[in-house]
Amino acid sequence: MIQLNSRVPAGPLETKWDRHRFSEKLVSPTNKRSVSIIVVGSGLAGASAASTLGQLGYQVECFCFHDSPRRAHSIAAQGGINAAKNYQDDGDSIERLFYDTIKGGDFRSREANVYRLAQVSTQIIDQCVALGVPFAREYGGQLANRSFGGVQVSRTFYSRGQTGQQLLLGAYSALSWQIERGQVMMHPRTEMLDLIVIDGHARGIVVRDLVTGEVRSHIAEAVVLATGGYSNIYFLSTNASGSNVTATYRAWKQGAAFANPCFTQIHPTAIPPSEDYQAKLTLMSESLRNDGRLWVPKQPGDTRSPEQIPATERDYFLERRYPRFGNLAPRDVASRAVKHICDEGCGVGFGGHGVYLDLSDAIEEQGLEVIRERYGNVFDMYQRITGEDAYKAPMRIYPAPHYTMGGLWVDYNLMSTVPGLFVIGEANFADHGANRLGASSLMQGLADGYFILPYTIGHYLATTKSLPISRDHPDVRAAMEQVTMRTSRLLGGTRKRTAASFHRALGRIMWNACGMTRHRAGLKHALQTIPPLRHEFWRDVAVLGSGDTFNQELEYAGRVADFLEFAELLCYDALHREESCGAHFREEHQTPDGEPLRDDAQFAHVAAWEYVPNGLPVLHKEPLVFEFVKPAMRSYQ
Amino acid sequence: MKFTLKIWRQKGPADNGRFVTYQAQDISPNMSFLEMLDVVNQQLTLKGEEPVAFEYDCREGICGSCSLVIDGIPHGPDRGITVCQLYMRRFTDGATITIEPWRAKAFPIIKDLVVDRRALDRIMQAGGYISVNTGGAVDGNVLLIGKDQAETAMDAASCIGCGACVAACKNASAMLFVAAKVSHLASLPQGEPERTKRAKAMVAAMDREGFGSCGNQYECEAVCPKSVSVRFIAMLNREFLKATIAEPMPQAERQPGPDTESH
Repeated sequence: MIQLNSRVPAGPLETKWDRHRFSEKLVSPTNKRSVSIIVVGSGLAGASAASTLGQLGYQVECFCFHDSPRRAHSIAAQGGINAAKNYQDDGDSIERLFYDTIKGGDFRSREANVYRLAQVSTQIIDQCVALGVPFAREYGGQLANRSFGGVQVSRTFYSRGQTGQQLLLGAYSALSWQIERGQVMMHPRTEMLDLIVIDGHARGIVVRDLVTGEVRSHIAEAVVLATGGYSNIYFLSTNASGSNVTATYRAWKQGAAFANPCFTQIHPTAIPPSEDYQAKLTLMSESLRNDGRLWVPKQPGDTRSPEQIPATERDYFLERRYPRFGNLAPRDVASRAVKHICDEGCGVGFGGHGVYLDLSDAIEEQGLEVIRERYGNVFDMYQRITGEDAYKAPMRIYPAPHYTMGGLWVDYNLMSTVPGLFVIGEANFADHGANRLGASSLMQGLADGYFILPYTIGHYLATTKSLPISRDHPDVRAAMEQVTMRTSRLLGGTRKRTAASFHRALGRIMWNACGMTRHRAGLKHALQTIPPLRHEFWRDVAVLGSGDTFNQELEYAGRVADFLEFAELLCYDALHREESCGAHFREEHQTPDGEPLRDDAQFAHVAAWEYVPNGLPVLHKEPLVFEFVKPAMRSYQ
Repeated sequence: MKFTLKIWRQKGPADNGRFVTYQAQDISPNMSFLEMLDVVNQQLTLKGEEPVAFEYDCREGICGSCSLVIDGIPHGPDRGITVCQLYMRRFTDGATITIEPWRAKAFPIIKDLVVDRRALDRIMQAGGYISVNTGGAVDGNVLLIGKDQAETAMDAASCIGCGACVAACKNASAMLFVAAKVSHLASLPQGEPERTKRAKAMVAAMDREGFGSCGNQYECEAVCPKSVSVRFIAMLNREFLKATIAEPMPQAERQPGPDTESH
């Protein structure tokens, strides 16, 4: 039975982290040389952690399934990174960033964690500048900022529309330096397939070399997972094709609690799905909503082209429902409104899954050149993908799964319920509560990797005696055998149906039952349809070739197999949370005009799920206590 | 739409490899090139044939994974995009399309269209960084960087490390790749202390990995999905020249002092 102890230090919020750091035990420089740490993943969190741990003197082994650590999906983040620098002198502060993040998360995150995040945010910018990240600058040479995601201050730092890329390349360069110094051993094209737990402590991982197919074990004193989120459970998402839940899901089955899996963020402005072959959804800059108006024809089934529909026959549904915020309503609110209007039959484009995002009024008011300068690259991208000219006709958009707030449960030290297993970045459940604000994921990934984990892991290592373990240890061999057996099972299907077709079917179930809105009957139905699909998968999946070569279908099928199990956990969590908060909207819990109803009396807790072999997952609750802010209702009407 | 695909198939590094012809039927013009290959692969799988191995991940032109030579051109016929951003409406119905991997001595083939690009990582490890420790960095506004200078650094830094420049070059030179990183860091004050060392170390690593030398044909710029300019190659040449003539004292003659660090 797992115990949830958040280990949040007592005392004033402002000094918790400083006092905690001082009370932590340190590992002496000479001892660090003999301590090895495994870091899985090389995105913002993984690369920053691996490089910092290497710099501190630990022996680090870093793993990624890509051909190079630089390809991790953090690279695709566009918008920016928040930090409470207050360079604009517009009233920003650590307190304000803290409050915005807590409120944005709909009061479902831990105060102490979020406050610490806001505190270290300023150091992140300095660190990135020192590493040579080319942030946008003003003419006078100072760092530039923009506003983002409906907050009232300009605290977002950016590098054109490629902030994630530049921050990741900064962390990758720091990692490269530590690889050159021999402090980090990098293992690209190597996928973690299981966690090795010995005497209750995380002591290593089982991996598959994706080039040779060799299954190997790696032993260490601690394991850090920085393996990202699981939006690809919906099949179509803005995530990269390779993004998956395998590492965190395997860790769950080894005893790490999984927290709030049903908190999944759906981003409102993606290019709609077009036809069935489609492999991914492409995000369009959220900034388009600053100048664009969302509308659909008032008449369901209206097939006229948009310019033939007069203004009186258009429904500007966000402006109608949320007169105060209009087209700038937050992500979760806007996404739900789009779904709602499409469900009523007013959607446009392929399958009725789309609404118009119309910039013609802005073009008329501000001139074509202004709009072209501001959004030219987005319009080009839209044209490339859809073949349509957005200067002539309005674009079509539809919400897309984008980010997962849920993840492995961690305490204040970022350690999971398995001692020695640390989880950072999107892979943990930490700081975003039920909804993440724009430009906060990059901040959290780097905060965890550069500034928090390197301290907290030291305390664990200094206070834990780890006996040497050989690769012949029975638990290690058992874990390796499990992985090998699974691989041969995947290769042994009747080859009637591809892994992608199962993934697509699962995605449809999850999108309908556990997407933007959820209800009891739908979730129960999903829980009934997932197991037969999984059964069929193991019976009929078509994976050709062998396990001892480079085999992309085999890699993919293994990830789909884990999604097929994890999907149930997501539904159980959504079923249990009988309230609407943040990105989680239960249709049973809404006001008469369709606004979410949060239930603080019963659900102000983190839902942490424990794996039970051959049984239903067991729920543990970590109460969320608000000492410093008062939970308020979010209203955007 | 339908197409005849001539695809390079190679079981592994030891195999000789050959073109195999496939028919792609019922292709929508709205498919991306990679989605078209997905369809072909699904059909092959159900027929009991091993699918074609090719690399992809983000499918939005930023991760640098995808790496196909299409009708002789890395990333295909359009400029300034990766192959994942190429759509089938760009091709004529019924066309024959040839698909090959990146070809360079420094990029050994792993399987079919997948190559090993770790050589690029090793060049980065030789010096493509600023060696500062985590923590203790000065405030980000202490060193002012003019907007133009920051934009130049960003132009260079936008390289996605795909290796198309190498694949396009008849010498298989990685000059544009190295130039992008050297120029990015040389354009910023933070990169100044290691400027000469970096240029020399990265060029030496490039040579060591078996990349050829620059022949000034500018094919690299033409195929670069981020349109990184060959002007940065001129900048690299300048940096490298300065590094070789401005060497303060040969390293070997320096007396090891008490503060000399050894790794």
